[in-house]
Amino acid sequence: MSGEVIVSRTFSLPVENIDTDQIIPAHFLTTTGREGLGTACFHAWRFNDDGSERSNSPLRGHDVDRQQVLVAGENFGCGSSREHAPWALLDYGIRAVVSSRFADIFRGNALKNGLLPVTVEEEVADWLLEHPDTAVKIDIGSRSLEVEGYGAFTFPLDPFSAYCLARGIDQLDFILQAADDIRGYEQEHGK
Amino acid sequence: MSDQPTTLFEKIWQRHVVRPESDETPAVLYIDLQLVHEVTSPQAFDELERRGLKVRRPDRHLATIDHSTPTSPPDENGEYAWTTDQARRQVETLYENCEKHGIELHGWDSPNRGIVHVMGPEMGATQPGMTIVCGDSHTATHGAFGALAFGIGTTEVGHVMATQCLLQSKPKTLGIRIEGDLQPGVTPKDVILHVIGAIGVGGGTGSVIEYFGSTIRAMDMEGRMTVCNMSIECGARAGLVAPDDTTFSYLEGRAKAPSGEDWDRAVTDWRTLRTDPGARFDRLVEIDAANIEPSVTWGIHPGMVIRVGGTVPGGEPDALEYMKFDAGSPLAGEPVDVVFIGSCTNSRMTDLRAAAGILRGRKVAVGTRTMVVPGSGRVRQQAESEGLHEIFIAAGAEWREPGCSMCLGMNGDIARPGELVVSTSNRNFKGRQGPGVRTVLASPLTAAASAVTGRVTDPRELMEGES
Repeated sequence: MSGEVIVSRTFSLPVENIDTDQIIPAHFLTTTGREGLGTACFHAWRFNDDGSERSNSPLRGHDVDRQQVLVAGENFGCGSSREHAPWALLDYGIRAVVSSRFADIFRGNALKNGLLPVTVEEEVADWLLEHPDTAVKIDIGSRSLEVEGYGAFTFPLDPFSAYCLARGIDQLDFILQAADDIRGYEQEHGK
Repeated sequence: MSDQPTTLFEKIWQRHVVRPESDETPAVLYIDLQLVHEVTSPQAFDELERRGLKVRRPDRHLATIDHSTPTSPPDENGEYAWTTDQARRQVETLYENCEKHGIELHGWDSPNRGIVHVMGPEMGATQPGMTIVCGDSHTATHGAFGALAFGIGTTEVGHVMATQCLLQSKPKTLGIRIEGDLQPGVTPKDVILHVIGAIGVGGGTGSVIEYFGSTIRAMDMEGRMTVCNMSIECGARAGLVAPDDTTFSYLEGRAKAPSGEDWDRAVTDWRTLRTDPGARFDRLVEIDAANIEPSVTWGIHPGMVIRVGGTVPGGEPDALEYMKFDAGSPLAGEPVDVVFIGSCTNSRMTDLRAAAGILRGRKVAVGTRTMVVPGSGRVRQQAESEGLHEIFIAAGAEWREPGCSMCLGMNGDIARPGELVVSTSNRNFKGRQGPGVRTVLASPLTAAASAVTGRVTDPRELMEGES
């Protein structure tokens, strides 16, 4: 996460249950790295088989430099555990996704990579979906989403994730600090 | 511990808390077993490398190759038909990483090689009361043994490699009670499709499911695995079934299961792994088995379920357009281009026996390509010792090498744009089985019956007079 505040405009994808196979199709998963997956992001939606851009792509007209906040229908990121999904969204240029519900594994994967999942009430999501290209300000510290011309809302974010995101704290370092407890647990439980 | 009645989930969770959850931090949870495959591990190994860390407990890791591997046999020079060089390279990378970190890998030469969620239970590595993770959302499969098993992303795969622990917030619990006998022709796959249809594709989000009731008790382990496997398709992190004698007799004598006195001690302990009378789930759903019929999906996510004899509903224009179905028309009778029998949902012996029961003495329809992909080398071997492969081959089906295959099409096993696949796998997302491919999820019985007629078919039509 580059900084605590995201100021950008939205792009609307009014589709429910956007699964990870849509975000990045499986045939891109043979990579052994995590970089350069932006082209793969929503690949089947954006491109024809011959590589040309699809005229009816739901992402047509997306100016990703200006619109770094994606607004999507409920249950975003359902399906597989592939972390390639947030890697692809980030590389494509998305910094936050707003939805009324996120799938659990996707949400966890996104937070670990600095892609912010912003969960809002259905009516807020619906308003945003109906008002594409809206200016928003997302403040991680105060967990607030300001929507120009509509209002300000708070969104849930567990304190630990917020702390890690805001300070760039690494979760593995945190677990490694529990090394003595882990050793103690293994001895006590014969593991 | 307290005398409060607790759920099975709570018991397993409590046994694995290294550091409890606080207002500020999630729990540090111990992980007994991490299953590893080629797709979601290379970046985790790289991260360890970058930080100068080792795999802390290689003895608590078990690896195989399944997603990117071809399911056709090697040529006379021993060369496999890789879909891309990158796929080959990915598998080679897992070999190198397992060698370097001392992880047991069941690769090309192992008779156990197979889909990670078929192989683990088969080897007895999956045991009641364990915490099990894998960089794969269908890890929920292992919950059939009363293990808390869930899929994680690659960053967390690295966490477990380095520490054998994960940071976890406690999920909610969802009890699903299913009571009654299943009708003939109704399989565990139909049960879980029915459940997902009932609670919706996001109905289990944030929850761990426990399945219980007489229907679940009566299921064999393979059926329970099919049910738990698809827990993720309603958004649940995990699915659980309390272990019982069915579980213990499945496990006894398997390579990685305890033996001798250790076995007796283990079973005594495992018998305590059940939800106490009076324990509360955050939510409870009740299903009457008598209402479950052979079920199929008609749309573009696994919650879009109807009985195979039902009509396609309206109200989902995007799904109808993609699937080329008309609202109000029957699904049965739709021409089928491909039948895929396999995947971590339905590639075990009971699945193959069910399919063979339909295909015995029959032919697959002209123009309907039928692929049977066993879940592991052991399944393949057992099926051949029972002569099932001869039934499949005589019927005109392909009898292939084990792997994930057309479930997600990573290895090049895909259908052609526009084709309709009746598939025993777990996801019917757009393009899952190839660009533009239309997927109908079904049981092995329904898939085999549809192969014979070349149309979506209620298997009971081909089971008349059979007992």
